[in-house]
Amino acid sequence: MKQFLKTTLLVAATIWSVAGFAAGPTVPLDEAKVDLHDKASLQRGAQLFMNYCLGCHSMEYQRYNRTFNDLGIPEDLGEANLQFTGEKVGDLITNAMPTEAAGAWFGTAAPDLTLVARVRGADWIYTYLRSFYVDESRPFGVNNTVFPNVGMPHVLQELQGVPRKTTEQRMIDGEMQDVYVGIKTDGSGMLSESEYDQAMLDLTNFLVYTGEPMLLEQRRLGWKVFGFLLVFTILAWLLKREFFKDVKKK
Amino acid sequence: MKKLIAWFDERIPMTKTWNIHLAQYPAPKNFNFWYLFGVLAMLVLVNQILTGIWLTMNYVPSADGAFASVEYIMRDIDYGWLLRYMHSTGASAFFVVVYLHMFRGMMYGSYQKPRELLWVFGMLIFLVLMAEAFMGYLLPWGQMSYWGAQVIISLFGAIPIIGDDLTLWIRGDYVISGATLNRFFALHVIALPLVLVILVFLHIIALHEVGSNNPEGINIKKPKGSVPEEEKPKFKFHERFTNKYDIVDAFPFFPYYVVKDLVGIGIFLFLFCYVIFFAPAMGGLFLEPPNFEPANPLKTPEHIAPVWYFTPFYAILRAVPDKLLGVILMFGAIVALFLLPWIDRGKVRSIRYRCGFHKVNLTLFVISFIALGYLGLKPATEVYTFFARVFTFLYFAFFVFLFFYSKNENTKPVPERITK
Repeated sequence: MKQFLKTTLLVAATIWSVAGFAAGPTVPLDEAKVDLHDKASLQRGAQLFMNYCLGCHSMEYQRYNRTFNDLGIPEDLGEANLQFTGEKVGDLITNAMPTEAAGAWFGTAAPDLTLVARVRGADWIYTYLRSFYVDESRPFGVNNTVFPNVGMPHVLQELQGVPRKTTEQRMIDGEMQDVYVGIKTDGSGMLSESEYDQAMLDLTNFLVYTGEPMLLEQRRLGWKVFGFLLVFTILAWLLKREFFKDVKKK
Repeated sequence: MKKLIAWFDERIPMTKTWNIHLAQYPAPKNFNFWYLFGVLAMLVLVNQILTGIWLTMNYVPSADGAFASVEYIMRDIDYGWLLRYMHSTGASAFFVVVYLHMFRGMMYGSYQKPRELLWVFGMLIFLVLMAEAFMGYLLPWGQMSYWGAQVIISLFGAIPIIGDDLTLWIRGDYVISGATLNRFFALHVIALPLVLVILVFLHIIALHEVGSNNPEGINIKKPKGSVPEEEKPKFKFHERFTNKYDIVDAFPFFPYYVVKDLVGIGIFLFLFCYVIFFAPAMGGLFLEPPNFEPANPLKTPEHIAPVWYFTPFYAILRAVPDKLLGVILMFGAIVALFLLPWIDRGKVRSIRYRCGFHKVNLTLFVISFIALGYLGLKPATEVYTFFARVFTFLYFAFFVFLFFYSKNENTKPVPERITK
């Protein structure tokens, strides 16, 4: 039996490794070090979202007051500073952009962002937000390396500045060649490069939160359940041992 | 209390049923790890029914409301996320335990005479379970719900003559729509669970009629009077079993296997709860990322993959270039399992006493099944399709080889009694 299991596992592992050379995404993604315990970061992320994203993107499965409570923002402060559309604090975070008009303006309606982190993953969002670059061939004058020919303008340009694809002269095989080294801004934005990165991490963090607002509660409860199961299993095992004493006797 | 029990016993076979099926049911003494999965499947079934009832209370079965209502359950209902994750994890757990349960049956020959009907009931449960899971997966109305259902239902279109009308009849519309969602909801919450529960009942009745097999594959029922009194177990078994036979090497299911199973249940729940609380999406296997995007009939996802428990069969389907032949082969993969009791013509049950080639054959079968499951998750590239064909061949070769070598198999001598 053990031999059987061993062979099975071994062969399965071999197949796994042979079959495992599937192609990944074309652009390597930067790791987003999100931290749902960092309430200050989440609050800054919420502020960015309400000011820059909500004009076009709704968050229609999430409520204002739930967000404020989870992020440690007093409801009256939140209502005064983070709600711009005249909704009640118990309402869902929707916006006023009509879907059909959005289709005409941008080619497609801006997707709802409540669950975007569960669809794309945090790393994708973090990299995407930092991957706009100037491309005059596009309707809004910008393109994105992570999402080629994306339909949205670079809304955060006033923060980042004007980002361009940058090349560097490098010696390759004895010749000087232009090598793509990434996207650099011209420094005209309100934030420095590292400040912009931090702001995008905050925004990503917030979107990870809205994807699973129950995540912290879920993990806390998980540990309690593990504690219960540990006691249950030990008691069950002791009970089993006690009962099987008569089986051994007979 | 005694009077109350007597009152009931005069009117309904309460104590008698308890004794026949639990307290005086003879279970072989050598059950091992693999014998846990039947009880675990029952546990998961109960979990699915209970969490399902509560989910139904807030779920909206309409194309406009379904997706939002699932998120409403996840966010606005107290512990709604817990109910939903218990249900979605339960679906995958059901297939894990059922696949292991089936493997146990194959390993120890639990489908062989006289347990053919027991096996067929089990296969029917598996079939209904697949329909149940498939229909349930449409209900969140995400992108994968929608397009997965689109792909699977379109398979019926490959059937000659009636194909197109059949798909129309299943969908209730020319495309997957609210009409499809509503009928799938009806079937998922009442029709199929009802059938499932009845089949589980029949499965257990059939099991208790013929008695449990065991890892040695040895019969624990001996001819009446053939066993000396001192070798009989000192437990009381119901006369239904002892009237015709002498029972050896067994003890009552209750309390002994019940308390033993409790330990197994505890360990299973650790794994189950780990997924629920710490990895409910299971890296995209249990909940696929595109399914967090609402169904959009105008936007086909780049890569449509069914949930992991269907992928072995999906890989077989894709391995065949012709659609109709692919569908036939895919269903053939399940039909072959149905026919296992008659394909295997061997007289020895347990793998422990069967020929070396059988061990190799079964190992290759398991490897093929796992490999096909992996390949079904991946896009159909040339290399993957090649591998899928190899493993499809091996999958079916298992049954063909088994049919031939089992007739005059070179088996090891089987002991008279369970010694362990």
